[in-house]
Amino acid sequence: MFYIYCPYCGEHREEEEFRPKGQAHIERPAEPEACSDEEWGNYLFFRNNPRGVHHEMWVHAVGCRKFFNVTRHTVSYEILETYKMGEQPSITADSQSLPREVAAVSHQEGVWA
Amino acid sequence: MSNAATFDTRTDSAIPMESPLAYSYRRSGAPATGPASRVTLRERALLGHLIVRGGAIALDEAVRGVLGISLPGQPQTLVQDASGERSIQWLSPDEWLVIVPGGEEFPLETRLRERLGSAHYAISDVSGGQTLLELAGEAARELLMKTVIYDVHPSHFPVGKGVTTVFAKAATMLRRPDEERWELVVRRSFADYCYRWLLDAGAEYGVNVEQ
Repeated sequence: MFYIYCPYCGEHREEEEFRPKGQAHIERPAEPEACSDEEWGNYLFFRNNPRGVHHEMWVHAVGCRKFFNVTRHTVSYEILETYKMGEQPSITADSQSLPREVAAVSHQEGVWA
Repeated sequence: MSNAATFDTRTDSAIPMESPLAYSYRRSGAPATGPASRVTLRERALLGHLIVRGGAIALDEAVRGVLGISLPGQPQTLVQDASGERSIQWLSPDEWLVIVPGGEEFPLETRLRERLGSAHYAISDVSGGQTLLELAGEAARELLMKTVIYDVHPSHFPVGKGVTTVFAKAATMLRRPDEERWELVVRRSFADYCYRWLLDAGAEYGVNVEQ
């Protein structure tokens, strides 16, 4: 089970209260009519599936019902940080210095947010 | 005064009002264990519930002027007036639950709307949609520990806290107005389910239902 820090409630809550909502930071094209089919298709249907650090949107469905962002490591499942909507992550794939195998092994016993 | 359409859900007509648990009392009964009971369950039916949404600063000013209670700005807080009959619970950064004695909700809504004027806000009367259950007694916390996923240890759940969490798979607002009592705000449609769950979970403590 995850123990997720909700940035709006200001405390850690059980995973059962949350729902994952897919990749974060997807921007709707400002002018959909000016998009090529490929650009629009990429916006609608294509998502990243990285091995490593991933930014996701979650919603505190039973709770404050606010959406927020989670930076999660897809190998170790470790939640590296959570931050409010509209904010930028402080941890990204580039800023992670640990090789992902090391990060995966070092947190196998549990996860923390 | 805004131009929102409002109406008083309590009419003067002679239609009998029933609590959300009326059916449950008939179907499942209401065990009266007496002095051996370690936990007491009581429904405080037909209270006035208002959901107030909007910016904290404008709402705080209006609520303080009308109710005399300041709006809790900190997450998971519950404030009450001196009598304990009126309370405001933080639900989310722009949403609060106001519970007042039954019949006061429409005058309160009207006065809040007058005060708030053209501010950006929303007030919904949800009195018919939810009900308040009260747990008291020495085993109340033990009963909750079997039921909610939230940590109800006094060090983590002091008096004056209120959270929305999962109660036996149903979304519920759990509040602690004082040392002795715990309050559950449950949806009307879940009330029978929660009631029967509490009877079952409370059986080992000799749950006593006060009507």
